[in-house]
Amino acid sequence: MTSASSLVTALTEAGTTSSGEATLFWVLAPLMVLGALGLLFSRRTIHVAVSIAGVMVGLAILYVAQEAFFLGFVQIVVYTGAIMMLFLFVLMLVGVDASDSLVETISGQRWIGLLAGLGTGAVLVGIVTRASFAAPVGLEAANTDTNPVGVSRLVFGNYVLALEVVGTLLVTAALGALVLTHRRRLTRKVGQREIAEAKVAQGARLTPLAAPGVYARHNAMDVPALDPYGEPIEESVSRVLRIRGQEAAAEAFALQEDAEERAVPEDEWLTTTEDPDELEGGEQK
Amino acid sequence: MSVHTLTAARLPFADLAVPVAPSGPWQESAWLLVAVPLVSAAVLLLAGRRSDRWGHWLGVAASAASFVIGALILVSLLQAPVGERVVEVDLFDWISAGQLTLAAGLRLDPLSLTFVMLVTFVGSLIHVYSVAYMDADVDRRRFFAYLNLFVAAMLLLVLADSFVLLFMGWEGVGLASYLLIGFWNHRTEYAVAAKKAFIANRVGDLGLLIAMMAMFATVGALDFTSVFGAVSSMDTSTATIIGLALLLAACGKSAQFPLQSWLGDAMAGPTPVSALIHAATMVTAGVYLVVRSAPIYEAAPDAQLAVVVVGAITLLFGAIVGCAKDDIKKALAASTMSQIGYMMLAAGLGPVGYAFAIFHLVTHGFFKAGMFLGAGSVMHGMNDQVDMRRFGGLARYMKITWVTFGLGWLAIIGVPPFSGFFSKDKIIEAAFMPVAGAEWRAWLFGSVVLIGAGLTAFYMSRLFFMTFHGEKRWTTAAEGAEQHPHESPRLMTWPMVVLAVGSVALGGLLSIGGVFTTWLEPVVGHTEHADPVLPIPVIMASTLVLVLLGAFLAWRQYAASTVPEVAPAGSALTRAARRDLYQDEVNDAVLVGPGAYLTRSLVYGDRQVVDGAVVGVAHVTVGIAERVRKLQNGYVRSYAATMLAGAVVLLVVVLVTRI
Amino acid sequence: MSLTNYLVLSTLLFTIGTMAVLLRRNGIIVFMGVELMLNATNLALVTFSRMHGNLDGQVFAFFVMVVAAAEVVIGLAIIVAIFRTRRSASVDDVNLLRN
Repeated sequence: MTSASSLVTALTEAGTTSSGEATLFWVLAPLMVLGALGLLFSRRTIHVAVSIAGVMVGLAILYVAQEAFFLGFVQIVVYTGAIMMLFLFVLMLVGVDASDSLVETISGQRWIGLLAGLGTGAVLVGIVTRASFAAPVGLEAANTDTNPVGVSRLVFGNYVLALEVVGTLLVTAALGALVLTHRRRLTRKVGQREIAEAKVAQGARLTPLAAPGVYARHNAMDVPALDPYGEPIEESVSRVLRIRGQEAAAEAFALQEDAEERAVPEDEWLTTTEDPDELEGGEQK
Repeated sequence: MSVHTLTAARLPFADLAVPVAPSGPWQESAWLLVAVPLVSAAVLLLAGRRSDRWGHWLGVAASAASFVIGALILVSLLQAPVGERVVEVDLFDWISAGQLTLAAGLRLDPLSLTFVMLVTFVGSLIHVYSVAYMDADVDRRRFFAYLNLFVAAMLLLVLADSFVLLFMGWEGVGLASYLLIGFWNHRTEYAVAAKKAFIANRVGDLGLLIAMMAMFATVGALDFTSVFGAVSSMDTSTATIIGLALLLAACGKSAQFPLQSWLGDAMAGPTPVSALIHAATMVTAGVYLVVRSAPIYEAAPDAQLAVVVVGAITLLFGAIVGCAKDDIKKALAASTMSQIGYMMLAAGLGPVGYAFAIFHLVTHGFFKAGMFLGAGSVMHGMNDQVDMRRFGGLARYMKITWVTFGLGWLAIIGVPPFSGFFSKDKIIEAAFMPVAGAEWRAWLFGSVVLIGAGLTAFYMSRLFFMTFHGEKRWTTAAEGAEQHPHESPRLMTWPMVVLAVGSVALGGLLSIGGVFTTWLEPVVGHTEHADPVLPIPVIMASTLVLVLLGAFLAWRQYAASTVPEVAPAGSALTRAARRDLYQDEVNDAVLVGPGAYLTRSLVYGDRQVVDGAVVGVAHVTVGIAERVRKLQNGYVRSYAATMLAGAVVLLVVVLVTRI
Repeated sequence: MSLTNYLVLSTLLFTIGTMAVLLRRNGIIVFMGVELMLNATNLALVTFSRMHGNLDGQVFAFFVMVVAAAEVVIGLAIIVAIFRTRRSASVDDVNLLRN
């Protein structure tokens, strides 16, 4: 990426960005702010999650625009890819339909929140605009060995202790998640024998559901499986498809030429030559 | 006016006897005088009901033992030469605190031994009397314990060699008096009377404390030898202050004006108590204090004048009140007050009067105690009736009582040759002597004393005639109590007989050759008499005339004519006298009322201001807490908002100070 | 355009994230607000790294990301656990410290 110096991300001598980067910024920034505002004003949680994911992506683009290439990709992979997806999973657990009413319950909270928030914003913006910075240097020199190499030199060099600690933190976090979500059994674990006995008592089907389409040629979801008699098993296809009438006919996928061969006469079903009536072992009617 | 320019009636005390060390076994064991009754009191109080059967005899024995030891010490002192009659017995080092080092010791000199003999002799007789008088009382043993306690404290008072030790005895007799006046404290009025006596005494104690403080501030020591030795270097104003403070103390203890209101109420105690404490001994402690502090008074003529004035006022006060009292004990109490007024007046006259004050004190002890015991005997025979208007004609039924009481009566009104005549006449003569050339004083106080003598004769005769002569005015069965007066048992009559003998003879015996005054000289000093403004025969004659006139008037009104059973309305003066010349009302208005008001306002201030402040702080705290509590509504979001607001404020502050 | 614009953008995102934490009741949305705040910080860090010309800012931002990831794991696990018992993800329901 050393040729990045000629790229949009380079800084001019005066310390300002190139016009291309400026354009990128001015396009992205309002979108990102709008997405962030969605966090404040959306009623459905899922919309909020998606808008934040958008903000994350925008941030990644901005990182790349600022010559922090490694960080930009890490942002997409970790934040947008992992963290926001985690949020979405939990949203699904909690209830996708859950919506938050925007009516405030704690008295005075809205005003305090607004005031404090706007105050924070005002103060920080004030600081930032009034602070005098040295002339920006740009990351050309730092990125001479490509950005990831430079970053890794620092991470594994100056900050290796922090790295190890953070690694431990991650492990601990994973363990913590396990512990926090662990559910203790409240009822006794029902064993396999008990399940089987219960099924027999109810007269329910003892075997597992057949997988759809037990054909070597086709195992799509809408093709029913065949029982040993050659009849399609209804339950092997999803009920939704059946109701929609999207179940395919089993015979459609059978080899026609094999049909007659395949049909076994009724009296030859049994492969054994012995007549069951003549079997030893007592009278079994 | 320094001491040395006074007339010959006042002498400096430079030639007082110097204290010597004790000699002989009895002088060295003088502490037993105090210890024996004290231990007996402790035993009787601690042993409790177990000692009920023999407790009273132990009390009698303790008192008698003190008398015997005292007599032996007296004999040993009489055998000593005149210059060695002031003995100081060192007991132990007591106080060693910074500038004050005080050793506890006893002073055996003529004055203290006179008192010792009086207290133990009369006290032992009264102990014997009480065995029979308190026979029916279940608490008799406790009574004897308190009596012994009193004897121990009184002996400590008179034997002390320093003002501090005297103060201990002073307080001890006050305590014993309180316990004994309120002996039957299941009756509220008796307990109130005891409290009143104690509080009036306490006011006097304040005077003694102030005097001791002043002494310590100027002299730096509190024992008699050091203080009296330093009197000559004291300036007059200090001596006057000390003298006045000591006078206040004496007034409290001796029931002199203005602290006289407790003595009448003190008659709520059993009659032996009245006889011992409020006639013969405790009330004379004030006179003892004044006489003992003679060097100080000699250096402060204004204080001496105050003493004389107080004595004169009380003399007349007691006499007027005594004329109107129908309660026999209260009449005798008023008489005591008046007679002690005589003694104080004499003590205030300077060296010429000290010896006579003590002389009168001794004779008064005998005849007044005898009369109180007689009154107790009358009450005993009349079912504890005290109203003289319901007595009358008892002479025939209680002969011994009548005779002994009569002898005491004759002694007190000053009929020669009974003892009262010798002592009182000398006081009257001394009152008529000019002091420091001021003749008006002689005329004024002399006349007061003469009038007092006449009044004394009147009211004492009134008492005597109302009780023993005239017609019987006893309560009948129709009124609830039928009277069968009878003579008292022997244990009661024998002490009365002995005291009557003393009333008769003691005065004459002690006057022979001025034996008593010579005896007291090592303490009070020798004086040359100035001549009284009236010739002595004139004084004697006029005294006798007034006495006989008073007695005759009383005979005419109370023996010859009928005494109404219900007290008639009487003149304004009579009514005032019946109300003790409104002493209680005056005390209430001047002291009790403002005191109660002060207390109430302090309590109000305490409740409103102090408690109010504290409670107010609590209320404010609760109020603040109520408001602050609302911050904690449990919602994470409001906490977050608070944190953010705080952070913003912090940021702004930091920015503002830096930009 | 100077680099301070990035800083201003970062500040704006931070503010919006703060207000979301204060004003929204759903726990997951609050959490997302926190994530937004962290990201805004990252942007600022990256901008500063570019200003100073060394990569320390980016390393810091990297570590922030890692820690944020760990935090999300735990936070969501907590939310799930709470949801299981209370059937509600509202932040206002955890108010037992009231008064």
